[in-house]
Amino acid sequence: MSNNKLRKVDVIFSPYSVAPYEILKNTMRRPKDEVVQELIDSGLRGRGGAGFPTGLKWKFAKQQQSDQKYVICNADEGEPGTFKDRKLLVEVPRKVISGMAICAWVIGATKGYIYLRREYRYLIQDIEKELDLYHKHAAEIGLDFKIEIFLGAGAYVCGEETALIESMEGKRGEPRNKPPYPIQSGYLGKPTVVNNVETFASATMVCRIGANEYKKFGTDDQHGSKLFSISGDSPKEGVHELELGMSLEDFANEFGDGDTKAVQVGGVAGFCIPRKKFKTTIIGEGNTTGGSTMIFNSTRSMYNVLHNYLDFFSEESCGQCTPCRIGTQQLLKGIEAVKSGKKPPEYLDQLVKLSETMRLTSKCGLGQSVTNSFSSIVKNFREEMIY
Amino acid sequence: MAELVKLNIDGIDVQIEKGQSILDAAKKVNIRIPTLCHHEDLCVAGNCRVCVVEQEGRNTLTPSCATPAEEGMVIKTSTPKVRRARKDLMALLVSEHNTQCTTCYRSTNCELQDLAAEYNVDNNIYLSVLKEDLEIDKSSWSIEKDDSKCIRCQRCVRTCAELQHVNALAVTERGRDMKISTFMHLPMNEIVCTNCGQCITHCPTGALTERRYYDEIWEAIDDPEKHVVINTAPSVRVALGEMLGFPVGTRVTGKMVTALKKMGFDSVLDTDFSADLTIIEEANELLQRLKDALVHKKDVALPMITSCSPGWVKFIEHMYPEHLAHLSSCKSPQQMFGALTKTYYAEKKGIDPSKIISVAGMPCAAKKYEANRPEMRDSGYHDVDAGLTTREIGHMIKQSGINFLELEDSNFDSIMGESSGAGVIFGATGGVMEAALRTAYFVITGRPVPFDNLNITPVRGLKGIKETSVKFENCLPEYSFLEGVEAKFAIAHGLINARQIMDQIVAGESPYHFIEIMACPGGCIGGGGQPIPTNDEIRKKRIKAIYDEDMNKPIRMSHENPEIIKIYEDFLQKPLGEKSHHLLHTKYRKRKRY
Ligand SMILES: Cc1cc2nc3c(=O)[nH]c(=O)nc-3n(C[C@H](O)[C@H](O)[C@H](O)COP(=O)(O)O)c2cc1C
Ligand code: SF4
Ligand code: SF4
Ligand code: SF4
Ligand code: SF4
Ligand code: FES
Repeated sequence: MSNNKLRKVDVIFSPYSVAPYEILKNTMRRPKDEVVQELIDSGLRGRGGAGFPTGLKWKFAKQQQSDQKYVICNADEGEPGTFKDRKLLVEVPRKVISGMAICAWVIGATKGYIYLRREYRYLIQDIEKELDLYHKHAAEIGLDFKIEIFLGAGAYVCGEETALIESMEGKRGEPRNKPPYPIQSGYLGKPTVVNNVETFASATMVCRIGANEYKKFGTDDQHGSKLFSISGDSPKEGVHELELGMSLEDFANEFGDGDTKAVQVGGVAGFCIPRKKFKTTIIGEGNTTGGSTMIFNSTRSMYNVLHNYLDFFSEESCGQCTPCRIGTQQLLKGIEAVKSGKKPPEYLDQLVKLSETMRLTSKCGLGQSVTNSFSSIVKNFREEMIY
Repeated sequence: MAELVKLNIDGIDVQIEKGQSILDAAKKVNIRIPTLCHHEDLCVAGNCRVCVVEQEGRNTLTPSCATPAEEGMVIKTSTPKVRRARKDLMALLVSEHNTQCTTCYRSTNCELQDLAAEYNVDNNIYLSVLKEDLEIDKSSWSIEKDDSKCIRCQRCVRTCAELQHVNALAVTERGRDMKISTFMHLPMNEIVCTNCGQCITHCPTGALTERRYYDEIWEAIDDPEKHVVINTAPSVRVALGEMLGFPVGTRVTGKMVTALKKMGFDSVLDTDFSADLTIIEEANELLQRLKDALVHKKDVALPMITSCSPGWVKFIEHMYPEHLAHLSSCKSPQQMFGALTKTYYAEKKGIDPSKIISVAGMPCAAKKYEANRPEMRDSGYHDVDAGLTTREIGHMIKQSGINFLELEDSNFDSIMGESSGAGVIFGATGGVMEAALRTAYFVITGRPVPFDNLNITPVRGLKGIKETSVKFENCLPEYSFLEGVEAKFAIAHGLINARQIMDQIVAGESPYHFIEIMACPGGCIGGGGQPIPTNDEIRKKRIKAIYDEDMNKPIRMSHENPEIIKIYEDFLQKPLGEKSHHLLHTKYRKRKRY
């Protein structure tokens, strides 16, 4: 259900009407279970891509029995064209840190890390200053939770939560088998909550304004607001906070250049929606919301768009599992072969099936999600793939 | 008792211990799920994905090797969806593969080939994504690495890390360029690789193989000028049958000897002979060290550690170069044999040593490298001209058209063909220790070692590190310095266990006097040159065969072997004597850690 209204909102970037460490302090006066329930009720889902309900994740982590638990803020932001997490860390770091602290208090963690994208290392000094401040506050309110920065390994796949953990443990950044999930056995084998930067900031705001207020944003299905990194053929490229549940039609009207032919929703792991489906597509429903939203106008070759994606995947895959390592290469070579006439157009159907095998059998979200962009582009722009 | 979970696989209810995988549960009820990256010896990788199954309630497929069985799971292992996916995965692996089954060494013994055939993969579905500029690394004396046949299952990497703790192999690069490589991509002969060959026996394909030398051997056999001698190690006879139609654990000693003679070897001898000899030299070396320490209060390196496993020797040279003094100076049985073949044997037989080709039939990959160590030329020639693995011998027997199953038995030739049961058990972990104790105890006390039937059971079995101790009482006068001494012994197999032993020594906390170390899990019966597959079930059967062979020998202690008594009378004079020193002992070298 769409509210059919595109509302720009200002929840996440709203000024510190109540200082964030006040939010932390106030939240800590409430029973933990109540806070978790508030988050569950708010409908907040992870903003890192997979969209897992944040409250539930924290609840499960809270239930784990362990001498040690960890909270990790995923600031790896490796996808091309995205920089919302950086913006958050620069502009509202206290909301992010508060979110981590609330999480730690809820689940019983004493140690946290910000896994920072290598390219963002110039931010370290500023973030550390903020952490010093936070640690002071934490000491004042008697919260035993220390946060450190961990510099990322520099690969896109290290943003995947288990690869991230592997790399923190000094190993090669390869995703692990799940289960066990990080909340069961994460960093150093201990229960670990990994959340996106924006998820933590949003959680802080849920605690600040309450689930009811938060739920006023969005639709029955999609609650709250979210940051969109908008790129491509748009006069308004950049990060925008929007209410969830808008139709793609409204979105394209607002951010497109008047000649929008397709929008890639949910970043490289998401779907490519052609103009004829804009009206019936609600952003965030059945499609992921991570990554950047890319707008393509009629001058774009969708073959080139897909080619770029596949090139990216076949390079950025960690390469450990068969379907993803070889599948991405096959898809790339395959569309080249169809384009050049070496393979008949029907080969595209074989490749779509292959992308389905990749979805079914790949070890992590990278290989599993290639089919999203691949089949949506091939099905909707088949002509462009062939001629 | 461990907690049990109940799940349903293909309509059958299965109960299994919590923590076991779906794959384990399926095995329990005789449902076979194909695997490639999985190996019983290794930790779970879950990267090949061919073991996927359908799990009720999930919209992706579940890797059965990597997913713990859980209460109430409903699993289907062979639905159209599963079969399609597996077939597609196989087609992908083949598209990346240099398929050369007609010429490949692993053909008919290759897990990729088996599965591709099982799923009847059409080679032409996908385009080839085989990398073009791949060269086979033949730099090592022992290991050949052919990346064009690698399926990136990482079994080798896990083997080298988990079983051997060498970490010579690693995954490098990402995505389409991901591969198995070495430190700085150096060739195999320039890295810390110990040549143990465990990565070979754990590789599902022909990507890692031993360097083969059998063509050279055939040529030598054909050359009427050459006198070709082969000696075969104890572990070969209990495993060779696996390649030639016999069940695992069958002893094929007599048939093997017949086959080798039929193939044209001029003389078929027994490495167990030189194993007995090793025991005499090594036991005496140990007694010497103990005497130096206890009587002369000299600063000698104790514990003394065995040196008959060349993979282990290279490991300590790389990893603990400051502690080489702990190694026994004894050469391995193979190298003692080689040095004697071109001296003692040549002399007795009246053959010009330059015309002798000495071949060692070994369960081992590192023996090939050992034969080529520059130190190993004490006879004035290449002491050992070539080392063959059990697998190569199996191939050669097949090539000669011999019907191995129906072959009659024959005995080893002489001289150097006689052995005791002590020489035989060298093949199993703990065997050297047991053999040494049988002799040492006798030398010290004049009585047989106080165990039932001479079977020193505490040193047997597959436990990673085993310990035992023996108290010497009523010693012969010459060994009175050992009276009342409780000597402590340890046995380690698999280099990861060797590392523990060494770290203890480095920390100055080693309580032992004598330690046996074998590079390969299970000892030589699990060597890198043995038939593939090898796993604990197979190791146990080979070990049993070894001890059966021992029990069947009329002589069970090395010093009672008449040929050993004779070689000391006629040639060597005495243990640790001058000739021994020249021919049977060696030195080690410090190497770098990378
Ligand atoms: C290939 C790949 C890359 C990812 N990169 C990121 C990333 O850069 N940042 C992020 O927050 N999540 C990333 N994720 C998602 C994480 O695995 C994980 O779901 C997320 O951090 C959980 O936080 P959330 O619940 O707050 O979204 C990635 C996932 C995959 C499969
Ligand atoms: S799906 Fe791709 S990125 Fe994920 S584990 Fe497999 S190879 Fe690595
Ligand atoms: S590795 Fe296996 S599949 Fe490949 S060529 Fe050799 S036998 Fe054939
Ligand atoms: S031969 Fe042994 S040490 Fe060398 S790479 Fe293989 S497993 Fe590692
Ligand atoms: S070399 Fe063999 S064991 Fe190693 S990854 Fe390749 S196929 Fe697997
Ligand atoms: S055998 Fe299970 S993923 Fe390879």
